[in-house]
Amino acid sequence: MAKMMYRDAVVSTIAEEMERDENVVCLGEDIVGGMGTPGGPEAIGGIWSTSTGLFGKFGADRVIDTPISESAIMGAAAGLALSGKRPIAELMFADFIGVSLDQIWNQLAKFRYMFGGKTKCPAVIRMAYGAGYNAAAQHSQAVHQILTGMPGLKVVMPTTPADVKGLLRTAIRDDDPVIFLEHKALYGVTGEVPDDKDFMIPFGHARLSRAGQDVTIVSTGLLLGFCEAVADKLVAEGIGCDVIDLRTTSPLDEEAILDSVEVTGRLIVVDEAPPRCSLGADICAMVAEKAFASLKAPPLSVNPPHTPVPFARELESAYLPSVDKIEAAVRKVLSYR
Amino acid sequence: MQLSRDALLRAYRQMKVIREFEERLHVDIQTGEIAGFTHLYCGQEAVAVGVCEHLSVEDKIVSTHRGHGHCLAKGCDVNGMMKEIWGSREGLCKGKGGSMHIADVDKGMLGANGIVGAGSPIAVGAGIACKIDGKGHVAITFSGDGACNQGTTFEAMNMAVVTKAATIFVFENNHYSEHTGFEYAVGTQKDIASRAEAFGMKVWRGDGTDFFSVFETMREVLEYVRVPGNGPAAVEFDTERFFGHFEGDPQRYRGPGELDRIREFRDCLKNFRKSVTDAGLLEHADLDALDAEVLEAIEESVRQAKAADRPTAEDVLTDVYISY
Repeated sequence: MAKMMYRDAVVSTIAEEMERDENVVCLGEDIVGGMGTPGGPEAIGGIWSTSTGLFGKFGADRVIDTPISESAIMGAAAGLALSGKRPIAELMFADFIGVSLDQIWNQLAKFRYMFGGKTKCPAVIRMAYGAGYNAAAQHSQAVHQILTGMPGLKVVMPTTPADVKGLLRTAIRDDDPVIFLEHKALYGVTGEVPDDKDFMIPFGHARLSRAGQDVTIVSTGLLLGFCEAVADKLVAEGIGCDVIDLRTTSPLDEEAILDSVEVTGRLIVVDEAPPRCSLGADICAMVAEKAFASLKAPPLSVNPPHTPVPFARELESAYLPSVDKIEAAVRKVLSYR
Repeated sequence: MQLSRDALLRAYRQMKVIREFEERLHVDIQTGEIAGFTHLYCGQEAVAVGVCEHLSVEDKIVSTHRGHGHCLAKGCDVNGMMKEIWGSREGLCKGKGGSMHIADVDKGMLGANGIVGAGSPIAVGAGIACKIDGKGHVAITFSGDGACNQGTTFEAMNMAVVTKAATIFVFENNHYSEHTGFEYAVGTQKDIASRAEAFGMKVWRGDGTDFFSVFETMREVLEYVRVPGNGPAAVEFDTERFFGHFEGDPQRYRGPGELDRIREFRDCLKNFRKSVTDAGLLEHADLDALDAEVLEAIEESVRQAKAADRPTAEDVLTDVYISY
């Protein structure tokens, strides 16, 4: 085991996989950083430091610094994938899917099906998402609810550095297109990471981060830590929470959620995306449909409000689900007997 | 350069297959037996064939919603395509793609595409792969005078230049983007190639109703792009579309006698026949024999398509993911 930051888990996994398989190539805006400048290549090394050192190690053919052309980046990833390569394309901010969505949604996600199963499309689209930087409405969004609803895509949302490592390796070796959502407020988080260069975490397998008998809390990403804090606090009151880190929203580990709800009878989903047609709404509906008899309280989804992400510190804090809001939700479902 | 007799016969046959495949579709679609949207390529055959006759299976092409010609020219199976358009589970894409999504990646055909302008970025990726592999293969994207106005095309042209992708942008100017004239919609004085030039590419122009013009132009384009390090290029072919934007299009935008005129004077098959017989390279009888053979092959493909297995409800659920 080694201690490393979330962002270092990203770059080290990419480097290990590029070392292992020469078909793995990276592309994105400023992933080299400084191309065509007096400062020279790698003057920046990616704005999230998630590609530092790759250019020097693997060269310009395999670490492709692109113009600001998100459609062309995603389309190039599609073309590379259809041509036998395993592209890892970086979308600097998840919010920029708006500019490039056709190539993700109508191309990458659909090739295999439209072509009658006669192709694979092994592309990883990495993107930094989420609030926490006061980056306002166009640089702070959680976009998983849009992408999770698209058949043909797999959607991964790692919370810990170890999960980054295991899930990103699985994504790179996967033959289907994978959206890999990195929470920008987690890049600096440190954790233990296995050294094994074949360490992989399968998709669709949630992680139980806290165990308890009374309430099931489902989340992932930045908000998972908030859920853990609530669970830890309530232990003193004799309230036990299962905290389930989904890891992937597509495929979804329905079994882990249903097994837990069968014991607790109470479900809270804590979701960073807006409430309408959200992951929270989706999971609450699934549980209502499949575990109705086990429920002791209505399933609750804790989301931001149906607004764009605001800028000011006070506003962004008020927007995001907080520890207090999650605790209030737990107490609410416990109020049903 | 003089083409061999076999090469001439092959080129004619390829164009004729596209023509008869689509003339037959035009008839069969009117019976209501074929579902969905179909966009016919008839009239533009010299472009698809003049380009693809230079290509190997390792070279890639990315096509458009008007893609039958490109698919056939790149080697997609006629019967598999006809079955696909008829929606059979024996079709090239198991009846899941249809006319707008025919693909055969093993043949280097990376897909027709229902989104106008979506193909060019994909061809940049394929062209980067060709560059990385360093074997002189190329990726070609076909775009019309409609797609040339899409931002994706502009992004793709710049990125191809920046990354020195082995990508060729083939613009087929058939004068109509859907129902709108290129004189209205293309702002650069009726000219597409100059746009590519402005992005820093070497460009060529040719007559898309003349197989020999396309073929000889593409020889030069390919000689250039196959040299590692040269990067992309673009070529514009002026051509004609014999049918509407889609099957069922009333084509009220056409001028009086326009369709008769282009069928008479701008038909690449007639032009080819005249050129090779005037020059004494082939006899009319050679071409007549091919015509009969192709008609029978298309008839057979329709027979097969009508008799082929239909997909079932279970088939809806397969081929989304490799593993899930």
